[in-house]
Amino acid sequence: MRKFLQDTVTSFHREIRPELRQPWGIVLAMAQPVLFLVLFGSVLTGPHSGFGGAETTWQWFVPGILIMMCLVGPLSCGHQLLSESSGGQLERILVTPVHRAALITGRTLKESVTLCAQAVLIIAIATPFGLTPHIPGALATMLLLTVLGIGLSAFSHLLAIAARPSGNLFWVATQLLLFPLMLLSGVLLPISAGPAWLRGLAAVNPVAYVVDAARALFAGQFLAPAVLPGVVAVAVVTALGLGLATRALRRGS
Amino acid sequence: MIEARGLGRSFRTGGQTVVAVHGIDLTVAEGELVALLGPNGAGKSTTLRMLTTLLPPTAGTARVAGADVRTAPEWVRTAIGYVGQHHAAGENHRVRDELVTQGRWYGLGPRRSRQRADHLLDLLDLTALATRRPATLSGGQRRRVDIALGLMHQPRLLFLDEPSAGLDPRSRADIWAQILRLRREHGITVVLTTHYLDEADRVAERVVIVDAGRVIADGTPARLKAALGGDQIRITTETPADAGVAASIGARFTTPERVGTDGTAVTLRLVRADRELPRFLRELDHAGVTVTTAASSRPSLDDVFLTLTGRRLRESGDADPVHPATDPVHPAS
Ligand SMILES: Nc1ncnc2c1ncn2[C@@H]1O[C@H](COP(=O)(O)OP(=O)(O)OP(=O)(O)O)[C@@H](O)[C@H]1O
Ligand SMILES: [Mg+2]
Repeated sequence: MRKFLQDTVTSFHREIRPELRQPWGIVLAMAQPVLFLVLFGSVLTGPHSGFGGAETTWQWFVPGILIMMCLVGPLSCGHQLLSESSGGQLERILVTPVHRAALITGRTLKESVTLCAQAVLIIAIATPFGLTPHIPGALATMLLLTVLGIGLSAFSHLLAIAARPSGNLFWVATQLLLFPLMLLSGVLLPISAGPAWLRGLAAVNPVAYVVDAARALFAGQFLAPAVLPGVVAVAVVTALGLGLATRALRRGS
Repeated sequence: MIEARGLGRSFRTGGQTVVAVHGIDLTVAEGELVALLGPNGAGKSTTLRMLTTLLPPTAGTARVAGADVRTAPEWVRTAIGYVGQHHAAGENHRVRDELVTQGRWYGLGPRRSRQRADHLLDLLDLTALATRRPATLSGGQRRRVDIALGLMHQPRLLFLDEPSAGLDPRSRADIWAQILRLRREHGITVVLTTHYLDEADRVAERVVIVDAGRVIADGTPARLKAALGGDQIRITTETPADAGVAASIGARFTTPERVGTDGTAVTLRLVRADRELPRFLRELDHAGVTVTTAASSRPSLDDVFLTLTGRRLRESGDADPVHPATDPVHPAS
């Protein structure tokens, strides 16, 4: 256990250090969500949107954007592992007695922490547009987001390991996963307004539960019925992702 | 240190099975320096990757540093160092940071890890590059970083996959000096692969020649070459008749079956050709044979490989920069 914790910290530290040396990279990676926020946000809160007031719309929309960031970033972070494995870097690390689960956890944790930094910025940007953040709610949402980020990046690492050595499969699989997960989760549009088949598909998408839970938490409704299923979905995705990625790494190629 | 029995590995790619290594037996004693020599695709890297727990074997067993690679990989990993064939330092991480991180993975404390990193940076002449990112280094500089990474935890057994590939002669000599010094001072066991015949010849006490996934020869370079029947003298005469006379005189220096003629060329195999050549030439002169060219040569590992496989190692391998004479010379015009 001590080795696990120590190696997790070492792995996290190794990955975060280059990011901290170039903090602008983290901000630039946010260009897309910020664009979505400003464009969709101003349409949705506009006078013809048919939504409620600007205040409630932002409360609804911002958690969606945060989850979208969680999908776009961590779900493709495995490409880094892939490029490390095409050179000799991953082998060099795997030949050491590094704790395999710690290696994955440290790397995914770095994705999550970057994501948290971006989430804070998004909330800060949305505030002058009319969002009044509920502070404990926002913190709870970020916690949920962090754990989901770990899970999704673990899945991305799993894909990267499985796609070795060529890596072609990685991008195909990532795209195949990303769009259904995102579009069928209701991050941008409410699923409840869709037809029955759409709602049926969303019902099997774990991210849809997380989005509902995030919206409830973000508004400070900690005891809302949507929270529990979302928390369970995050826990399952993360445990499964970490477990499978570690197993894939242990098995070698 | 290493005890491999019938170690084999096959891969499935594109619907067909590629057997990379066909049941290799290899025993390496503590303190030995062994070079695996073989052409591209011979299975050298695959063998090393199995011995270093990176690749599960599909056949046979291997014990490395006292533990089984399959059942106790953790134990093997703490004892060995590995410098792979490809660059091993993260592109975006600073050189010194990577070394310190590597030490931490081997369980060194933060202070000890920094000390070791600084020591190795100094040893491998990398101090000035400590804060650079590997992506900005030259091939030879990166190779030195790779080697430093493999030495962080002072392994008892070191695997090096083509440590000197792509280095200029000076860097190669430097790297070898470091490896040999480590061995002298710490008595570590070294297993390496190389394409460079002269390197295997000069540095290794034992050469294992691998071809198409099999060990085809194993011994000291001197013994492998001695098995070919010693040195060679090669002369050419003016006429085939002269060659016949030369051959019969040559038979007195060695045994008749070690004399060969081919048109006007005569070859003899014997010990100490450098000493016998002048005497042979004098006798030919007495007999009135006109010699147009004469040369003596020691057999190389390439000759050993040629005898065993019917192919030259250098043709199948990468161009060997140590022998520039084989490259076409472009006269400056
Ligand atoms: N992951 C893999 N999948 C399929 N085939 C492989 C794989 N790795 C190696 N091989 C095959 O196994 C054989 C041996 O490869 P290996 O890398 O061990 O050779 P080598 O002796 O190290 O050659 P080189 O001198 O070029 O480095 C080659 O034919 C190679 O194509
Ligand atoms: Mg190789």
